[in-house]
Amino acid sequence: MFVVQHRKFFYILSAVLVVLSIVAVAVHGLNFGIDFKGGSLLEITYTDVRPDMQTVKDAVTSVVEGEPSVRPIGENGYVIRMKSISETERQSLIAKLGEGGQKFTEERFDSIGPLLGKESARKSLISIVLVLVMIILFIAFAFRKVSEPVSSWKYGVIAVIALAHDVFIPTGVFALLGNLNPTIEIDTLFVTALLVILGFSVHDTIVVFDRVRENLRIHKNQPFEQTVGESISQTFTRSINTSLTVVLSLVVLYFVGGAATHNFTLALLIGIIAGTYSSIFLGSPLLVTMEKWQSRKK
Amino acid sequence: MFKHRLIALILLIVAAGVGYFVYSTEVPRIPSSVATSTPATASRFAFKLGLDLNGGSHLVYQADISKVAAGDVAVSMDALRDVIEKRVNLFGVSEPLVQVESGGVGSTISQKLVVELPGVTDIQKAIDLIGKTPLLEFKLARQTTLPGTTTPQVIFQETGITGRLVQRAQVAFDQTTGSPYVQLNFNSEGKDLFAKLTREHVGEVLAIFLDNQPISLPVIQEEIRDGQAQISGGFTPQEAKLLVRDLNYGALPVPIELVSTQKVGASLGEDALKGGVKAGWISFLVIAAFLILWYRFPGFLAVIALAVYVAIILALFKLIPVTLTAAGIAGFILSIGMAVDANILIFERMKEEFRKGGQSVDAVIREGFSRAWLSIRDSNLSSIITAVILYWFSNASVVKGFALIFAIGVLVSMFTAITVTRTLLLAVSHKNHEGAMKFLFGSGATNS
Repeated sequence: MFVVQHRKFFYILSAVLVVLSIVAVAVHGLNFGIDFKGGSLLEITYTDVRPDMQTVKDAVTSVVEGEPSVRPIGENGYVIRMKSISETERQSLIAKLGEGGQKFTEERFDSIGPLLGKESARKSLISIVLVLVMIILFIAFAFRKVSEPVSSWKYGVIAVIALAHDVFIPTGVFALLGNLNPTIEIDTLFVTALLVILGFSVHDTIVVFDRVRENLRIHKNQPFEQTVGESISQTFTRSINTSLTVVLSLVVLYFVGGAATHNFTLALLIGIIAGTYSSIFLGSPLLVTMEKWQSRKK
Repeated sequence: MFKHRLIALILLIVAAGVGYFVYSTEVPRIPSSVATSTPATASRFAFKLGLDLNGGSHLVYQADISKVAAGDVAVSMDALRDVIEKRVNLFGVSEPLVQVESGGVGSTISQKLVVELPGVTDIQKAIDLIGKTPLLEFKLARQTTLPGTTTPQVIFQETGITGRLVQRAQVAFDQTTGSPYVQLNFNSEGKDLFAKLTREHVGEVLAIFLDNQPISLPVIQEEIRDGQAQISGGFTPQEAKLLVRDLNYGALPVPIELVSTQKVGASLGEDALKGGVKAGWISFLVIAAFLILWYRFPGFLAVIALAVYVAIILALFKLIPVTLTAAGIAGFILSIGMAVDANILIFERMKEEFRKGGQSVDAVIREGFSRAWLSIRDSNLSSIITAVILYWFSNASVVKGFALIFAIGVLVSMFTAITVTRTLLLAVSHKNHEGAMKFLFGSGATNS
């Protein structure tokens, strides 16, 4: 199987992507949404033509401290992001925006205090770590009868290496995109997307591992490398087809679904493609590498 | 053979029934710009839409429980919720939601109160009213005849005794009869005021109000000098407990602070809903086309199983009921894609068995299922683990909704993809037409 033979190439490809993602995060930082850093967001749509951006920005600055971010949305709307404001401040802001005479409707207003934001950020981090730990434990348990040539907990560790890869890449892409377009943020939905990616990717990896487990029983005296290679090729069509159906529904959701889930779908798309790649080209070949290391030590 | 056909027929009829239930309990949606509240004709099984789809306000309050003893936190939060709920009900909003959320671990446990007001986006008044500190008052009932009327009316006269003067209330039980009563202790300032009041008004009703709502109407029996009043009067232990809770809450109200406001206008919500529904339809059709083109006849059966899946899921959303949000709908659409996975695993296994040759269609079907089962079980379990952690750990209702839908989706899809598809496949496989069956079950463009 070419995947196993050329595994070094795929390792390098993954490593490059992961390093690039880390660099992107280091250089641009993460563009956190208001639900993590606290702040307010106001979305308005003008009935007729919207005034230019600077006018709106000036109106906001005159009422709210700090540097607001004003972005156009749709044909006639703006999204204003600013520091967390109270209900009274919001009302004076609305009054101020209305001074120009243009009529507008308030589509959405979100305000999250900085303390609540910090708490959400902490909880999100805990839940990602918890999912990773549970998955190692679960795989170690599900594969407990497999110990030769690679012991079951190593399957778990490898699955988590593949998962880390799947989480790093969308985060890196979002760091990059967030720098270009401030509406692409790291928010609660992004973390949800990461967790779904974890679930999906481990699902994919388990299907290949399960085949390895089965083939190990059937062909006892075959080299491990060959068994893994066969398992990958036997599950190849399935992995691609399953990912294809999920990717199809996500593409539809991205183009047709509402704006509320746009970034969420994008994160899922990137992560699921990375997840499919990692379960075929990273997870299972790593089993072979792990086995080679062990035999060299002996 | 005949048995499988019968079961398949029953399955399809039941699924059609479920589908009809989903369809018939949905009234045509009136644009929310026209409807002021939920129309009276709406079935009680209509989909519950979250604020982001229906428009409305979501407020989160942080409760300051630093002054409340650790053991009393749950009780005072319950009392707080009831008080706020009564205030919110004054707005006449249909189905407001007021709930306590406690999060964190150990000493960092924070108590939050979440208030959802569907359809309300002008929230200044609501915020003012909710944020007020609740007031416990003792008032004397007086019968007077108002000028110009003949019927006597009861008015309540303020006494100056408020929750500030109450030290603590607790449930006690009568030594001889064993019936419960409420013990009310005043602080030193309250003691004198209360002694004077009870001395001057023996035999009158001293009503207790919380937030302008009467919670108890005891009669003053005698002068109480030591500031230790007893309210007795045929309480059940439950009633006594409730009164004590309200009294204590009024004595030491939990201050709340608004930490998050979220408002979604009706038109934005409507757009999100339309987008979600449209995306759902298109993904279903695209996946169906893919399955039929790639797997031919079994693919067609998988599409039927998928339709059964959608019908069951939507019915569960109505029955549980699950509040649908934009993220929830996205989770549902994602689950359609994932529901197909079990079928793909099974069909790929069946194709492998076909390539080995020498087996009847029936045997191939059984073999395909039994071999794919382990993968399906283990991989779905890992998805469920993820969903449980998401649901359990998140404090955003958006994420909770998504996790719930995701978990239901995984569980139901295991049933439909395995049981329904298997029954249908066995029902149509026929020994006398092996050749035709093999054509129908094979698929052209694979790696065979």
